[in-house]
Amino acid sequence: MTDMQKSWGLHLGIIALLFVLQFILPAYHHGSLARIMVLTCYAMGYNILFGYTGLLSLGHALFFAAGMYGMSLSIQHLDWSAGPAVFAGLVAGFAMALVIGMLLLRTAGVAFMIVTLMFAQAGYLTVLYFGEWTRGDEGFVIKQELRRIAGFDLSDPTNRYFAALLLMAVCIVITLRVVQTGFGRVLVAIRENEERTRMLGYDIQRHKLAAILLSGTMSAAAGAAYGLLFGYAGATFASVQYSIFPLLWVLLGGAGTVLGPFIGTLFMFYLIDLSSELTTAYMLIAGLVLVALTLFAPQGLVGELRRRTLRWLP
Amino acid sequence: MELGPYLILGLLEGLVTAAVLSLMALGLSLVFGVMRVVNVAHGEFFMVGAVLAWWIASLVGGHPALGFLAALILAPLLTAGLAMLADQLVLKRIGYDPERTIVATIGLLYVIQQVTLMTYGPDARPVEAPFNHRLSIPFVEWTEGGFALYWPWGLGTTSYKLAVIGAAVILLTAIWLLMTRTRYGLLMRATQLDRETAQAFAIPVGRVYASVFGLGAGLAALGGVLIVPIQQAHYLMGHDPLLLSFIVVIIGGLGSLPGTVVAALLIGISDGMISVFFSPTLAKIIATLAVAFVLVFRPQGLFGKRAL
Repeated sequence: MTDMQKSWGLHLGIIALLFVLQFILPAYHHGSLARIMVLTCYAMGYNILFGYTGLLSLGHALFFAAGMYGMSLSIQHLDWSAGPAVFAGLVAGFAMALVIGMLLLRTAGVAFMIVTLMFAQAGYLTVLYFGEWTRGDEGFVIKQELRRIAGFDLSDPTNRYFAALLLMAVCIVITLRVVQTGFGRVLVAIRENEERTRMLGYDIQRHKLAAILLSGTMSAAAGAAYGLLFGYAGATFASVQYSIFPLLWVLLGGAGTVLGPFIGTLFMFYLIDLSSELTTAYMLIAGLVLVALTLFAPQGLVGELRRRTLRWLP
Repeated sequence: MELGPYLILGLLEGLVTAAVLSLMALGLSLVFGVMRVVNVAHGEFFMVGAVLAWWIASLVGGHPALGFLAALILAPLLTAGLAMLADQLVLKRIGYDPERTIVATIGLLYVIQQVTLMTYGPDARPVEAPFNHRLSIPFVEWTEGGFALYWPWGLGTTSYKLAVIGAAVILLTAIWLLMTRTRYGLLMRATQLDRETAQAFAIPVGRVYASVFGLGAGLAALGGVLIVPIQQAHYLMGHDPLLLSFIVVIIGGLGSLPGTVVAALLIGISDGMISVFFSPTLAKIIATLAVAFVLVFRPQGLFGKRAL
């Protein structure tokens, strides 16, 4: 088998496994896994920018929230049905990524991080400022009868699981395709050595912008899906914490690997789930994991696996 | 009240904010200038200073001034110790890599904040000011007999707030003297200019780094101690000052002491003025966007010479 066949086999196998798990898992883990799969899409969007292009954003919650509010506000205040509303969320995320991306191209390194942080903070405050429509921190619930696409009731656990799995499968396929084509290889080249890539004649700025657009739109898709599947939109999802989470998941799973975001999200979700039974200070775990990762495993779980045994992992 | 007294009130409140902010931002700026790393956990050192101040003040009985004085000396020292420990345990081992340091200090932020939540709890607690006289401020008005002084209701400040401003001026001068007139300041500036050459000239770069990180954290903690009689100590109190000091450092230009002070005055006073007239959320939105745009279009800051 060639490496490409192996990696398609592995990823499609995992999707099939998750499909089968749906019939076996107890209700609680069933619900958790649906949540994890949607959040994985967010992490995969983040991974395209951070893992493959090497641009560390501290403000991805801006795109997640753009998708979530683009979707939920058009249902809530424009009386749109769920299908067009999700599309509105995607458009909101894309437009946000386009505007912010053009500005971000002028910055590099630490300035890039701080600027993303500042834009996300401004976005979060804007959500609070327009509390009349967004209901700020308290958020609002999307009514069950409005959460339907093509006749499927997305508040039903089985439908919700399938919708989440479908979204994640699409994100995995997109990421795999990107990684295997020339575009993805240029992104990796930018991460490894920007100057040299420029000298080889590639248009760095255009590739970076494309990466930001893809990453932002994928994150927005995750945000819109999260709001729709779980029926709630609130300002917490725009806060700094939600910008830090995808960084944490991707670092934990392995930056620059296709499966890393899923493994990282799965691991972290259950770690926080278990620890929040013990203490309200569950973010302590997140902090300790971040410090430990930077110290001992900067490559993450899947990254370490790739380094040690499975060299062909994409 | 008319407009004039409002402006004076905004100015006074703004000066207090600027005083604390300049101390904190100076710490952040020193750490960036010398070590070339961004410390995202800086706001938590401010918080730790305030929480330790409450703790020390409640341990020391007697007159409130006694407890406060003890806190003013001990809290920054303890916080500096904590920061130096973090430097040795974490930052040193990742070789002060700029991007990994940001991730690691985000981790530290959560660790410090959540440990405070677990030990100190979610309540906000006050520390009594060592002295707190209410001072009314007169204002001129035009009457039939010419100008006359009157005391508008609500226009006033406290002696403690004025003392905070005074303390900040003294501390900033002391830091400036430390930087320009002492051997330690010379070592710091040499390390800032060129780390490798400094090392080649037998300057203990590792120790300079640790002490600068401690000094920066100590300055933030001092800001926390000074503010705690005005605001209460709370485990989430580090967020807004962190954001504001980022703004100050970026606008003032990194590693420039005069720039930092000027920017702190600018931000502190405009924050005070804007919050008197507009909603604080709108003020924060404008301020964060302004910083983002300064970084995008003028990365060296308004006064600095070096880009971030």
